[in-house]
Amino acid sequence: MMKKYSVINTPIHNIDGIAKITGRAEYAFDIKLPHMLYGKILRSPYPHAKILKINTKKAEGLTGVKAVVTGKDTLGIKQGIWRRFKELCDEEILARSKVRYIGEPVAAVAAVDEDTAEEALDLIEVEYESLPGVFGPLEAIKQGAPQLHEHAERNINVTRHIEWGDVDEGFKKADHVREDWFRCSSQHHVCMETHNAVASFTPDKKLTVWTSTQSHYYIQVLLSWVLGLRENDVRVISRYTGGGFGSKFELDSAQFCSSLLSMKLFKPVKIILTREEEFMATKRRTPMFYYLRTGVKKDGTFLAKEGRVFTEGGAYTSMGATALYLTGFFQAFPYVWPSYRYDGYRVYTNTAPTSAMRGFGAPQATFCAETQIDLIANDLGIDPIKIRRKNAMYPGYEVPGQATIQSCGLSQCLDKIEKWIKSQGKLPPNRGIGIAAYGFMSGGIFNWFDTPYAFSSAVIQVKIDGKVDLYIGSQDMGQGSNTTMTMICAEELGVQVEDIRLHMGDTESCPVDLGAWGSRETLMQGNAVKMAAAKAKQQIIEYAAAKLSPNIVYDLDIKDRWVHLIARPERGLSYYDVVKEAIRGKDGQPIIARGHYTPHRKGMISPAYSFGVQAVDAEVDPDTGKITLKNCVTAHDCGQVINPLGVKGQLEGAMAMAAGYGFTEDLPMDEGKILNPNLVDYKVLRATEMPETKVIEVETYEPEGPFGAKEAGEGLTNPTAGALGNAVFHATGLSIKNLPITPEKVLEALKEKKKEEKK
Amino acid sequence: MKKEISFTLNGSEVTVTIDEHLCLIDILRGPLGQTGTNEGCREGECGACTVIVDGQAVNSCLYPAFEVEGKNVITIEGLQEPNNKLSVFQQAFVDHGAIQCGFCTPGMIMSAKALLDTNQNPTEDEIRDALLGNLCRCTGYVQIVEAVKQAAVQLKNKK
Repeated sequence: MMKKYSVINTPIHNIDGIAKITGRAEYAFDIKLPHMLYGKILRSPYPHAKILKINTKKAEGLTGVKAVVTGKDTLGIKQGIWRRFKELCDEEILARSKVRYIGEPVAAVAAVDEDTAEEALDLIEVEYESLPGVFGPLEAIKQGAPQLHEHAERNINVTRHIEWGDVDEGFKKADHVREDWFRCSSQHHVCMETHNAVASFTPDKKLTVWTSTQSHYYIQVLLSWVLGLRENDVRVISRYTGGGFGSKFELDSAQFCSSLLSMKLFKPVKIILTREEEFMATKRRTPMFYYLRTGVKKDGTFLAKEGRVFTEGGAYTSMGATALYLTGFFQAFPYVWPSYRYDGYRVYTNTAPTSAMRGFGAPQATFCAETQIDLIANDLGIDPIKIRRKNAMYPGYEVPGQATIQSCGLSQCLDKIEKWIKSQGKLPPNRGIGIAAYGFMSGGIFNWFDTPYAFSSAVIQVKIDGKVDLYIGSQDMGQGSNTTMTMICAEELGVQVEDIRLHMGDTESCPVDLGAWGSRETLMQGNAVKMAAAKAKQQIIEYAAAKLSPNIVYDLDIKDRWVHLIARPERGLSYYDVVKEAIRGKDGQPIIARGHYTPHRKGMISPAYSFGVQAVDAEVDPDTGKITLKNCVTAHDCGQVINPLGVKGQLEGAMAMAAGYGFTEDLPMDEGKILNPNLVDYKVLRATEMPETKVIEVETYEPEGPFGAKEAGEGLTNPTAGALGNAVFHATGLSIKNLPITPEKVLEALKEKKKEEKK
Repeated sequence: MKKEISFTLNGSEVTVTIDEHLCLIDILRGPLGQTGTNEGCREGECGACTVIVDGQAVNSCLYPAFEVEGKNVITIEGLQEPNNKLSVFQQAFVDHGAIQCGFCTPGMIMSAKALLDTNQNPTEDEIRDALLGNLCRCTGYVQIVEAVKQAAVQLKNKK
């Protein structure tokens, strides 16, 4: 009997690992070209102002300065990723007449070195007329508030409505109704590699840009649009990306300004954003004000839910419109709601634009939903696990008008977590275990970008020595998709990982994939790779069949480089021998195959969904309000695991980021100015602050995914803030509905509680 | 002000002319072409630029370049064994999947090496303390700590 899989579900070392641990991995950050110049960007100090005049003369006169560009040097195109919805394309990148947030680019300089470019920024004279600003969505939506964009009355950027079932009837039938307000804070991606680009425009009117991105295809198309170039005269190269987390698939100021400067000078120009610029002006997680009204039966059965959300949009649409939709969709996850109504409002404010970040609106939704569910369970005296189990989604469930759930291991995840909680016994005082259940999409099916291409494509060439060249369009930003795709290709083709040579990160040689966002790659790029490998395998099998001449009823397959009859594995040929003969037989043509994937009739959101339940064990110091994470255990259903080593890292990493969102990370502002744009005051969790973590795999088979696989790296950003909040609730009796859950908030709530008790 | 300095970089003597205001990372990544050392913040807070100077892990983005005169500097490029085999640190990071985007990895490995060069039996707390100055946004540190533990065991077995 042959093993089911020879590569899938085996811990495989990251195929980029050796390059990365020897310092040889060449990030865009490392690119250095002959005659290269260095650029810097001048940014608005005002949250809202008219630009009256920009005088660049003095800066241009500084020795070493080669060029200065402002909005006047651009085509003045308002761009965005929303090519199907022009009114949502609202960002110029280099502002021409008005700035709307502190940090918005107004000019850029290229000089012989960074110091000179920096010095030149001080010599650019910008005359502003300061305008009144508005900084929160609840203020910005009021009549008479300062208006950011002419087209957006009351600063309403986008609205979303989702509804199914009879919500009013549901509330009438409910035995218990709860209303709660929540505030979800912002969060910064904090990629270790800051945004950067090297642009090189040559006299043949071709532009090459090395950059750190999650989608070289999007950057290629957006650059060609705003620069007036032909799409395929722009080449974007991004071999290694030092973190993305949602911050690197829109066109950014480094890419745009370096390209503009290079087009003016016909010389390569490199721009690296400083850590401070990164915090101020590269988008961030969307802060949300959430109102939830929920009706349930006495026994905990969910009947009706109503959600209203006002999100702080910042100055431009960015990817925020999708966050607005997804937060509404995932507010009803992962449960069966007979009726649900959601109204979301994304409101422009004079703050740095808010956009996509790992979880994409779902962490906010999950925090509010899971906090409220524990409050309801507490009101009714029901166990938190039981109330969730009673209402859990299940395989085959249809979210009305939105989605069909195929594989779903939620109940098994609840069972595993329940068992773990029981194993902990009675906890000491001021300790509590909180849980949160979640689900996430496995590949967003959105095409606001209006690509005419398949969502994902792959090309395979098998060479004479059996080496396989695999060309993919997806981007590895650290999540490990390069290794995943190599494994999927090797498994399907019946070879080993070392037989594959991967080509990625270059629009010139790679087929199109929309990029690493929305947890797309494993399912979408994976399906495209699998299809290409299956087609290449078919060609090899045809030659083997001719040679082996089996009874026509026998099927052939390749496994571990052995082309054989499935029913009689011992009757076969070496993969290498067959490939050699096949190529000769094809008049010397290598074996070439293509694969592609585009979701059709898969609902509104995604072809598949991951699920999980997380338990957080936390201790609260009643004197200081300090929260210490003791344990974090997650039961997770990501379908068939492709690479156990990769999944483990994804889950632990997501949990760290999500815990940061829950209790340490925030972007406090004063009149639109971020007060902590550095890594001292912005608290990313460090190695000493991490709890014990444990991951329990619940395997399911997802029919939509390659080999049954689903997403693994993003969904786990959703539960932690809620589970942590619930742990604090069970430790202290305090429910904090305002993220992040800081010691100050805990102490404040403790004080309030004591006051109440005295009364 | 220009100045000429000489020091040992990864076992070889080097001499470079530097601007006095530059930091060690500038000469490593610039004239010496050692781009394996990364820069994540330039304010000594992220640790991506960690290198070892005379046995101490330092943030090369803050370390004045002229101060390495006569000293012994080790960067990620100098970690491989003479036969070009991966060092135990590098191998352990690969084995445990302690690498995701990879941008923090060289600095992380240098901090781990500085620890194990002076403490052959570190506890988990000591490992975490040694990595305190190195931010990783991808891994949650679990696999990194596991990798350092493995490296510690292998180094001991080697001796």
